[in-house]
Amino acid sequence: MSERAFHQDPEPEPPADDKEEASDDAREVTTGAEAAIIALEEAGVDMAFGVQGGAIMPVYDALYDSDIDHITMAHEQGAAHAADAYGIVSGDPGVAMATSGPGATNLVTGIADASMDSDPMIALTGQVATDFVGNDAFQEVDTVGITQPITKQNYFAGDPDTLGADVSEAFALADAGRQGPTLVDLPKDASKAETDVQPVSPETPDTYHPPETADEVVVQAAAEALQDADRPAILSGGGVIKGEASDELRAFARKYDIPVITTMPGLGSFPETDDLSLGMAGMHGTGAANLAITNCDVLVGVGTRFDDRLTGGVDTFAPDAEVIHVEIDPAEINKNIYADYPLLGDAERVLEQLDDELTDAPEADEWREQCQTWTEEYPLDYETPDDEPLKPQYVVERFAELADDDAIVTTGVGQHQMWACQFWTYTEPRTWVSSNGLGTMGYGVPSAIGAKLGAPDREVVTFDGDGSFLMTMQELSVAVREDLDITYVILNNEAIGMVRQWQDGFYEGRRMASEYPWIPEFDLLAESFGARGFRLEEYDEVDDVIRQAREYDGPAVIDAIIDPGENVYPMVPSGGDNGLFALSEEQLDNL
Amino acid sequence: MSSGELPGPAPEERMRPEGRRNTQGIRIDPEAEATHQPRMAVLSALVKHEPGVLAEVSGLFSRRQFNIESLTVGPTTDDGVARMTIVIEEPEPGVQQAKKQLRKLIPVIEVEELESAAMRRELALIKVAGDKPDDVQAVAEMYGGDAVDASTDAVTVEITGSKQKIDAAIEAFEQFDVLEIVRTGAAALERGSKTMGATTMESDN
Repeated sequence: MSERAFHQDPEPEPPADDKEEASDDAREVTTGAEAAIIALEEAGVDMAFGVQGGAIMPVYDALYDSDIDHITMAHEQGAAHAADAYGIVSGDPGVAMATSGPGATNLVTGIADASMDSDPMIALTGQVATDFVGNDAFQEVDTVGITQPITKQNYFAGDPDTLGADVSEAFALADAGRQGPTLVDLPKDASKAETDVQPVSPETPDTYHPPETADEVVVQAAAEALQDADRPAILSGGGVIKGEASDELRAFARKYDIPVITTMPGLGSFPETDDLSLGMAGMHGTGAANLAITNCDVLVGVGTRFDDRLTGGVDTFAPDAEVIHVEIDPAEINKNIYADYPLLGDAERVLEQLDDELTDAPEADEWREQCQTWTEEYPLDYETPDDEPLKPQYVVERFAELADDDAIVTTGVGQHQMWACQFWTYTEPRTWVSSNGLGTMGYGVPSAIGAKLGAPDREVVTFDGDGSFLMTMQELSVAVREDLDITYVILNNEAIGMVRQWQDGFYEGRRMASEYPWIPEFDLLAESFGARGFRLEEYDEVDDVIRQAREYDGPAVIDAIIDPGENVYPMVPSGGDNGLFALSEEQLDNL
Repeated sequence: MSSGELPGPAPEERMRPEGRRNTQGIRIDPEAEATHQPRMAVLSALVKHEPGVLAEVSGLFSRRQFNIESLTVGPTTDDGVARMTIVIEEPEPGVQQAKKQLRKLIPVIEVEELESAAMRRELALIKVAGDKPDDVQAVAEMYGGDAVDASTDAVTVEITGSKQKIDAAIEAFEQFDVLEIVRTGAAALERGSKTMGATTMESDN
């Protein structure tokens, strides 16, 4: 492109893979756009996901001279999900970039997703020049207004002299305390304007003080309650992973011999192979986890917001339990479930505080045995007929068996996501990358890209549904272009399966707009994108196809044709009693 | 039907807890559920004086369904800080949740609920027909108010005071032909020497 001619670099441009050297000379800020990019560099950013466009062009132009790698996504929603997944696996804020107007609104779903799951992410959006703001200019939208409820904080960076500081602060805030998304809206004139204000290191604003350690008096009281518990249980949430407290939680649970239940975002915070693990609780949780959470008398919730998919109806949620709530966000205390012992602080440090106060494991052997019995009584199981169509659970289980131990799983949203929860065995933090809170169909394809680039040495497998895949499959072009070794498994039932399951369960089988009369052949579609495509229909091909797809060095798509009638069980109906989970459609009907 | 029927004891055969929680997630005596009655709370918040803060706060109250009675905002002695006074009507857990959600907003520096004895003042401007100016002035004085504008057609009086006082004044003015009324929300301060936050000037004396 002729643009290159305008970059009158005094020095010859370094070759692409030799960019390290250039980073040693500290660049001087000359424009607002450079201030934004250098602020990201100062924060340690080395990758951004985005889509070009008119109002963000000055910022992209500054990226031209930067060491930050930019991954051009097919759609801004893909950029947001990729940045979100990058943030989940790396622990550092992922960066998403988009232009004004539709670019910004296309980011919105991904930002809301990051907000619901407390994923660290910073979005930079272009904006029309400040003179035009408010005039309904071309590609103008009130990005700050639209994203206000779904960001931790957002900024209208209209002053080139403070633009860099806004980006620094936004980055710091996304990463600090309870993580989450932030956004900086960059009007084109401010990006282009000259400034010589150099970037500052990222710091949170002086009004932001996340709690670190909990009140000792409450810690003592909580420890006493836990010590005296007859039926103790730990509920390990996503905050355990975000707060890097998995090791502490494991040590704590084992030392005091307390059964551990996880939330969905908490998958991997405690190894499911451990004898103390009861698995995931909630709508499609295990029988053992749901019975333990319902019948415990002291519940230690760590880094969890007691979401409704976890609690079911609050009237029947852990109704005998005193709740010890370890949480970094004060607003989560008593929001959904009353905390008898609110312990505000960093999960790792509060667990240390509790550990200091406790002496022995609670005397609860009968309860431990009961939990063990439940685990045996309620295995996650499925019928394995000899005849096709394939059971989706079998495909997930076989993949888990053949995959690396530390493989990362990403998903779309729906039945396949629940089977990926249930039939994969999670043992390490940051191996479960999903849209837990917002439930965004289409999260699968782009999240795999972000996860792979955030953890390039790890195996990445995505379980997707045919419906979810159809929503963001254009991002497969990015996986091919970037030559990313990802295995996509579409559990294809030619339907929006979870809706179909609910229609059968709660709408008298009136299957309105849930079944696809026709869908593409995904293996062929994958090939046309330049990926490898496989069609999987038979039981005796499963291992072989998984092996071939894993061995293929690049993106592979397995179109697994599964039993379209298969449902996800156990199931607690929305707002229902966790302890009364249904094991079959008949039981569901009777609830 | 091939769709999964899983093994294990049926719902009615399982261990059952005895307790129950109310809709606020608080454990209750299943025999006697106590419900929280809504109460009026006055929240005073110091916020950074920057664009968008008012929208952020009002958006928060609306999307979290906090029942807002009034909201006022104005400058403080510190140019960088504004004070908001927000009156809400919520059951106890809602009051606490509103305070915490408000404090969570980044531009919010400090939030306090004022004591019920706190000084609360509202302002009303009442425009009535101008045919009985002396009577209007007399009623205004009864409520400590004053006529602030008079023409041949209309008299406008100003009343400040508690919500109750202004309600009463407006009722009294209904004997005249009321043309238009405007009222503000409450501005409120704690009684005595108590002040909020290190950021308000001369707070530690």
